[in-house]
Amino acid sequence: MATQLLSRPTPKVLVESKSYVARNVSALMAAFVAFALIFRGQATLHLDRSSLTPLHDWLNNLGDWIDRSRNSNPFFTYVVNEIRAFINGLVSMLRDGISVGSSFRPVPQVGWLGIVAIIGLVVYLISSIRVALLAMTGFVFLGLLGLWTESMDTLALTLAAVVLSLIIGIPLGICAGLFPKFEKMLTPILDFAQVMPTFVYLTPVTLFFLIGPASATIVTLIYAIPPALRITAVAIKEVPWSSVEAATSMGSTRMQALRKVQLPQAKRTIVVGINQTITAALAMVTIAALIDAPGLGKVVVRALTSLDVGRSFQAGLAIVILAVVLDRSTTAAAAKVSSDPTIDRPSKYRRPTLIGVGVITLLLVYLSRTYVWASTFPGTGALGRMVASSADNITDWIQLHFVTVTNGITDTVSYGLINPMQSLLVESPWFVTGSMLIGLGVIFGGIRLGLVSALCVLALFGTGLWSDAMITLASTLVAAVITVVLGIVVGVWIGRNRRADRWIRPLLDAGQVLPAFVYLVPFLGLFGPTRFTAIMAAVVYAAPASIKLMADGIRGVPATITEAATAAGSSPWQMIVKVQLPTARRALALATNQGLIYVLAMIVVGGLVGAGGLGYLVVAGFSQENLKGKGLAAGLAIVILGILIDRLTQAVANKRDSVSPARA
Amino acid sequence: MSAPMISVRHLWKVFGPNAEKIIGTPTADLSRSQLRAQTGNTIAVRDVSFDVAPGEVFVVMGLSGSGKSTLVRCMTRLIEPTQGELELAGEDILKADAKRLRELRRSSFSMVFQHFGLLPHRKVIDNIAYSLEINGVDKATRHKRANEVIELVGLHGYGNAYPEQLSGGMQQRVGLARALAVDPKVLFLDEPFSALDPLIRRDMQAEVIRLHHELGKTLVFITHDLAEAVKLGDRIAIMKDGAIVQIGTPEELVAAPADEYVENFVRDFPKSHVLTLRWIARLAKDDEDLSGPVLPPTISVRDASRQVLEAGRPVRVMEDGKLLGVVDSNGILSVIAGIGS
Repeated sequence: MATQLLSRPTPKVLVESKSYVARNVSALMAAFVAFALIFRGQATLHLDRSSLTPLHDWLNNLGDWIDRSRNSNPFFTYVVNEIRAFINGLVSMLRDGISVGSSFRPVPQVGWLGIVAIIGLVVYLISSIRVALLAMTGFVFLGLLGLWTESMDTLALTLAAVVLSLIIGIPLGICAGLFPKFEKMLTPILDFAQVMPTFVYLTPVTLFFLIGPASATIVTLIYAIPPALRITAVAIKEVPWSSVEAATSMGSTRMQALRKVQLPQAKRTIVVGINQTITAALAMVTIAALIDAPGLGKVVVRALTSLDVGRSFQAGLAIVILAVVLDRSTTAAAAKVSSDPTIDRPSKYRRPTLIGVGVITLLLVYLSRTYVWASTFPGTGALGRMVASSADNITDWIQLHFVTVTNGITDTVSYGLINPMQSLLVESPWFVTGSMLIGLGVIFGGIRLGLVSALCVLALFGTGLWSDAMITLASTLVAAVITVVLGIVVGVWIGRNRRADRWIRPLLDAGQVLPAFVYLVPFLGLFGPTRFTAIMAAVVYAAPASIKLMADGIRGVPATITEAATAAGSSPWQMIVKVQLPTARRALALATNQGLIYVLAMIVVGGLVGAGGLGYLVVAGFSQENLKGKGLAAGLAIVILGILIDRLTQAVANKRDSVSPARA
Repeated sequence: MSAPMISVRHLWKVFGPNAEKIIGTPTADLSRSQLRAQTGNTIAVRDVSFDVAPGEVFVVMGLSGSGKSTLVRCMTRLIEPTQGELELAGEDILKADAKRLRELRRSSFSMVFQHFGLLPHRKVIDNIAYSLEINGVDKATRHKRANEVIELVGLHGYGNAYPEQLSGGMQQRVGLARALAVDPKVLFLDEPFSALDPLIRRDMQAEVIRLHHELGKTLVFITHDLAEAVKLGDRIAIMKDGAIVQIGTPEELVAAPADEYVENFVRDFPKSHVLTLRWIARLAKDDEDLSGPVLPPTISVRDASRQVLEAGRPVRVMEDGKLLGVVDSNGILSVIAGIGS
């Protein structure tokens, strides 16, 4: 740190390096467009949908080899298969308990009435009676939608994944919080796990663990452990050092300091981490439907692939309800683990109330194990059918009456943005586009980032899917542009306006809780199975993160600066353009980075609804045996694209801190 | 003087790589920024030696960054010293292993922190009882002891409050009570009142003086405030860039600053409060009128001013019947007005 302090550039160097970057980027882009036009259509590396390269064949064979050695190779028999059996056991125990029952008992151990009662009790215990009522209503609604069993399947998988994530994530997080070296070691792995679009590790995991609950749980772990771990580490680290020092000065052992000082003070933040873990797990469990995870996700996937808007809306609604219930109850729990212990005074009525509620719960659980009406959710899901048909009717109506509007939007964006971008990227020679990407790396991060870019470009070339990758990149860039514009406009607005922030932020928070999948549904209804649907879904999925980062950036501009600018007589517009946006430049770069990562994740999911590109190949790999290798290669290409995008935008975000006079 | 309670000899703390190798080489004499640029090291404590007598209030004073906080942490080994010797009540603290060190912390010395370092999730009484708790004392006993200390520091009735419900001054009383709970031999106070506003600070200083009278503990008190140092300290050590530049009684520092740095410190201090006649008495001139009143050399300039100014002739300063010198109006005025020395 000491050396960093010394090598901090003088402001003069900073200004020079900034304009120098802007000039070089424009020069590079001009050269790129010129060369792209000159060499248009040459060396585009287009590959037909059913054609394979040697790499794809090799990956296919690798998959076959893994299949063959599943029961002979000791690595499989002793490690992989054991893990698989353990997780499958855990999941089927949970499903046996709450959703499908077993071969001995065709209904689950606890029926719907019992589960609603248990949910009520648990939520009451961890938060409040109000949230408990909300949770119970939500669960009953799941049954009324006619999706009780599917919902419980999703819940069972989520629970299994959450329990395992916490068992692994919290202790590791505590270690990371205590030992900076350990944290430093974990950080790149965590970064990678979070940058990687969720879609791409589905196939590799199934190679080892086959499709089904075990693979679904493992992919969910990959996605849900990082937040648990990270937030726990933050929680431990944010305990004031003075507390720990005081405890040490009084003769605490390390363990005593952890148990009596650090953990009690970190509790609240750790609960926030649990909330994030649950949200992440639910999102991933629904996506894992693509590899045969049971539950609501499966209904959505089936409906999406058959373009059944009504049915997918119905299941999407169920996912939203589940997400809201899980999120609200754990958020309320986090709020209850108050940092101010003085509020947490139990009232004298609490104990009798608890006993009463507990007895009622036990009674309802007993009923649900004994009587069919309390076990299997009654009714035929008429409400669900009504929801589905209304959704169908509304989309039909919109498509009928607003066809000009929806088509207008589609056409404007398609002809104005997507097509030019796509033709520029897809129809230029790979080496021209590749050189441009490498050039960006050199400008943003020097030779080192240039080398990283070069490696990514070569690897992308190596996957044999250059052309498809460019299709995906084009859609990603278009969606990212829209996302960032939205991020700036709404972010600046709510960053400057507290009241707008109060209204909009809960919406954004709710938006981030919903699984990615759900966003495809309404847009599919409006715009049909096109890449435009995928782009719009990606924008809606990515916008909350960008907007929040931007708003926080604007709000983070020191009051002294805005005060000085106001005193100098700035108009609001001047304030935004000349003071707040430039000061929040780093937030803008971060918002772009996060926007791109989120967008890429969603664009590839859009492969399900006809978005083409790499996402489509991944989906095709799930369903067609001979395209499995190509699907794997497409997954790889997505990862490479993700790393490339992330590194480039991160470099811009960090530019202000890292440019040293020696390098500039 | 009896055996010292604390004895510090040639204590060094160097942060950064290969810290031990720098001590004793010419590199150690480089300026702070040069050293950091060359080796990446920072010398926080530089060859510090002093003794503290039992029952003494020893104040370490310096500007921020002078190494005083690091020094006090080295003495409690919250920071490991790089080199040197350190004895507390005759025991070599640096030789203590982790277990012995914890025992010492639980019984022999305790610390009060600038930002209180209270545990926000525990009630006042459980904060105070913490070190007894981790020492395995049962709840009834430790609460009994905690209540005694609560009375002692004037926190009666606040045992069941949480720290954040208290004002800053009250919080630091909890800090004091917590440090006193184990009945330690030595109390280390690291700028305990710097975060408090001036009126509360004055109360708390009075409180420390009272507690010191009642309990007679040895105190090592860190501060950046000369007034506080003079008010509390039997002796004061002034630190600069990790080294002690002068150790002495308040009077000695004010009257005879060792160098410009100390002089800058004491320049604006009202010298008349501290200086005694001993320091300003001059030899009588041959033809001087020696019929003026007699005063002892230990009386402060401020207290003597009225008599000297009213006398209208030089006042004799006498000790044990011996004439040490004379003081006249000019001598008094020059101290009060801060002219010359």
